[in-house]
Amino acid sequence: MTHRILKSLVTGAVLSLGIAGSASAAECIAPANPGGGWDFTCRQIGKIMFDIGAVDKPVQVTNMSGAGGGLAYNHVVSERNDDADLIIAASSATTTRLAQNAYAGMTADQVRFVGAIGADPGVIVVAKDSPFQSLNELVDAIKADPGSVAFAGGSAVGGFDHLKPLMILQRAGFTDITKVKYIGVDGGADAITQTVGGFTQAMTGDMSEVVGFVKAGEVRVLAVLTEERVPGFDTIPTAKEQGLDVVAVNWRGLYVPKGVSDDTFNMWAERLQKVADSAEWKEAMVANGLAPFTKVGGDFQGYVDGLVAEINTMSKDIGVIQ
Amino acid sequence: MEILNNLALGFSVALSPYTLMLAVAGCFLGTIIGALPGLGPSNGVAILIPITFSLGLDATAALVLMTSVYYGAMYGGRISSILLNIPGDEPALMTTLDGYPMAKQGRAGDALVLSGVSSFVGAFLATVGLVILAPMLARVAYLFGPAEYFALYLLAFCTLGGMASNNQAKAALASCIGLGIAMIGVDNSSGLPRLTYGNMHLMDGIDFLVAIVGLFAIAEVFFFIESHGKKSSIGVVLDKVRIPWKDIFDTKWTMLRASGVGFVAGILPGAGASLGSFLAYMTEKSIAGKDGGFGTGAPKGVAAPEAGNNAAAGGALVPMLTLGVPGSGTTAVLLALLMTLNITPGPTLFTDRPEVVWGLIASLLIANVVLLLMNVPMVKIFVKILMVPPWVLLPGVTMISFVGIYSLSGSYFDLLLMILFGVLGYALRKLDIPTVPVILGILLGGNMENALRRAMVLSDGDPMYLWSTPISIGLWVAAVLGFVAPMFLRGILKKPAAVKD
Repeated sequence: MTHRILKSLVTGAVLSLGIAGSASAAECIAPANPGGGWDFTCRQIGKIMFDIGAVDKPVQVTNMSGAGGGLAYNHVVSERNDDADLIIAASSATTTRLAQNAYAGMTADQVRFVGAIGADPGVIVVAKDSPFQSLNELVDAIKADPGSVAFAGGSAVGGFDHLKPLMILQRAGFTDITKVKYIGVDGGADAITQTVGGFTQAMTGDMSEVVGFVKAGEVRVLAVLTEERVPGFDTIPTAKEQGLDVVAVNWRGLYVPKGVSDDTFNMWAERLQKVADSAEWKEAMVANGLAPFTKVGGDFQGYVDGLVAEINTMSKDIGVIQ
Repeated sequence: MEILNNLALGFSVALSPYTLMLAVAGCFLGTIIGALPGLGPSNGVAILIPITFSLGLDATAALVLMTSVYYGAMYGGRISSILLNIPGDEPALMTTLDGYPMAKQGRAGDALVLSGVSSFVGAFLATVGLVILAPMLARVAYLFGPAEYFALYLLAFCTLGGMASNNQAKAALASCIGLGIAMIGVDNSSGLPRLTYGNMHLMDGIDFLVAIVGLFAIAEVFFFIESHGKKSSIGVVLDKVRIPWKDIFDTKWTMLRASGVGFVAGILPGAGASLGSFLAYMTEKSIAGKDGGFGTGAPKGVAAPEAGNNAAAGGALVPMLTLGVPGSGTTAVLLALLMTLNITPGPTLFTDRPEVVWGLIASLLIANVVLLLMNVPMVKIFVKILMVPPWVLLPGVTMISFVGIYSLSGSYFDLLLMILFGVLGYALRKLDIPTVPVILGILLGGNMENALRRAMVLSDGDPMYLWSTPISIGLWVAAVLGFVAPMFLRGILKKPAAVKD
C-alpha cells in the first residue's frame, strides 16, 4: 500500500517544479519513490553539486517510479535521448535488472553510465541473540538443513539482496541453491525488523540499512561483502577473510542519455568527480554507511558491462532467468 | 521529569517567530493540499521538499514546515469528503460515509467542525502517545511477522461485509473486484509479472490514486453528464458555522477509542492511516450497533474515522523515528527528507539527536494547535475554495484529476486507466454496489497476499504457521467473530422488533 501511494508523490511536484525552476536547470530523475537509494543519490548529489557551485541552479529531482527503474529507463531511451540537462540515478539494482532482462529487452548500451561515487557494502546480519557467530557457522547450518535458515531482504525474489547469500553459498560449494529460503519485504529496515523479531534467521542487505541497528546493539553483522574492511566499521570482518571470496557492493552513481555529446558526458563526469572530492559528500557517505568507491568517466562503462555479464551468468546458474 | 525537560528542549528549538510562521504557512498549505481531491499528505510533503532546499532551511525549520503540511493535509482531507463526497486523500475515504450524508441533511458546518475537533483529539493524543511510549512501542513492530500481518488484513476484510451497503453479498463482491485488481503487476514472491499482458505500465500494479480518482471523481462526472447537471450530488450548501457542542460532547468516548485504535494501526509498519481510520470506524459501528445510524449521517461516524486517521498519522511516526521503517506513505516521504538532511532515523536517533526528535514532537504539538484554530473558526475560507457551482466545479475536478494523474508517471496510460475506473464506478453505482470495498481491496490486497506468501515460504507451506502465535490467534478470532457476529446479531436484533410489531 505504502508504495503505491508513494507513487503519487510526483503529483503536483511536477507542477510546482515547473514554476520554480527555469528551463536551464538540470534535472535528476530518481527512478523510484522518495526514501530509497536512488532518491538519496539524486537529492544528495544534486544538493552538493549546487552547494559547491558545480551547477548554478538547484538540481530538480523528479521521482519516476515504475517497473524497478524500467519506466525511467524507457523514458530516457525513447523520449529524451539527447537531453543534455538530464542525469538519472543508478545503482547495482539498475545493472542487476538489465542483466536479468527485466527492462523489457532494453540493454545497458542504450545509455551512458557516467560514474559511481560511493558504494553501499553488502552485509549479512543476524539478530544479537542468534546462535550464529560467524558467516561459516551460518553457511554450515544451511548446508546441513537448507530449511533451517530463512533470509529477509529488501529486494524482490531474484533481486540483488537475494543474490548476495546465494553467491556466498555457491562459493562455499553449496549447489542446491533453490532450496534457500528468502522473503522479499519492503526495504532493509523492514527486513531487520523481521529478523530481530525472529521470523527470519538472517538479513541480507546494505550497510546503510543496518547502521542504526548495529549502533543500538540490536543486530550482529556476520560479514561485509567488500575487498577490505569498511572504514568506521573496522570490527566487522569481510566475507573474504572468512574464506568466502564474495564482493557485492551497491554502488551509487548516474547515467545520462546515449545521445549526448562527448563534451556533455565529460562535463557531467567532471561535476560528479567534484562531488566525489567534496567534504560534503564525504560527510554524507559516513552518515549513510557508504564506503568510498569512485569510478568516474570512460572506464566506468567497462565496469558496468563486466557487472552485467557476471550477474547474467549467475542469474542463469541459480535459475532466476532462463 | 525527563520528558518535561526534553519537551522544553524541543520547544526551545521549535518556538521562534520564524518557525511559528513556517508552521502557520505549512498548516495553511497542507489544509488546501489535503482538501483538493487526489492531492494527499504524501504529495503535499513531496511537493514542498524542494522548497526547503531553495529556502535553505535548517533541519529543525524544515521539519516544522513538513510536519505542519503533513498534519494540515490530514486535517484538510475531510473537507472534500464531507462537501463533495470525494475523499481529499485516501485516509479520508471513511469520512465520506457519514460526513457527506450529514452535509446533505444541511449539517455540513457541524460535520466540518466536529471532524476538525476529532482530528485535533486524535492527533493530540497520538503526539502524547509518541512522547511517552515511542521507545517502548518500537518493540511492537518486532512482534508482527508475516502470519500476524496476514491475520490483521484478514480482520480488515472480514469486517468489511456490512460496510457502505446494506447488502453483504454486494459488498463482498466489490471487495473481490478490488482484490482481483490488486493482483495485477509483478508478483513480489516470484518476480514474475501477472495479468500485465507485457505492458510495462502494469508492472507495478494499478496505482491506488488512479483507481480512487476514477471511481469517485470521474464517475461523478459521468453522473453529472447523464443528468445534465440537474441531479448531481455535488455542491452542498454551507450556511453558517457554529460549534455543535452537543455532538462534540456525545462523541467524546468515540474520539478516545478511535484515537487508540488509530494510533496502534499507525504504529504497525505498512498498515498506515487508511487502516487506522477504517478500523476506528468499524469499531465504533459495531459498538453503536444497528441503532447507531452509521452510514446515514451519524456524528459518531464522522468523529471516529477523523480521530482514527489523525491518530494513525502520529502513530506512524513511531516506527519511522525509532526503526527507520515508515508506517505510512507520508512518513516514507518524511524519512526521505530526514535522510537528505543527514539524519538517519533508527534506534539511536533519540539519544544521538535529541534536538531533532524533540523539536519534531514540539512542532507537531504546535502544528496541531494552529490547525485547530485555523480549521474551526476559519473553515469557511477553505470551503469557499470548493464552493463553486457544479458546472464550474466539475470541469475543475476533471482537470485536477487529469493533471494530477498524468503527473504520477507522465504517461497517458494512467489517464486511460482512470477513465476506465470511472466507467467501472458508474456501472457499480448503477448496480447499487458500493465502491469503497473495491478501493480497500486494491489498497490492502497486495499487502495481504505478500504476508500470506511470506508466511508460506517461512513455514514450507504449512498452513498451521498462520495460527502459531497468540497475536495471530487473537486476530483470527476477532476476524471470524467480525464476520459471523453480524449475521447472528441481526437475527437477535430482529426478533424483538418482530414481537413489537
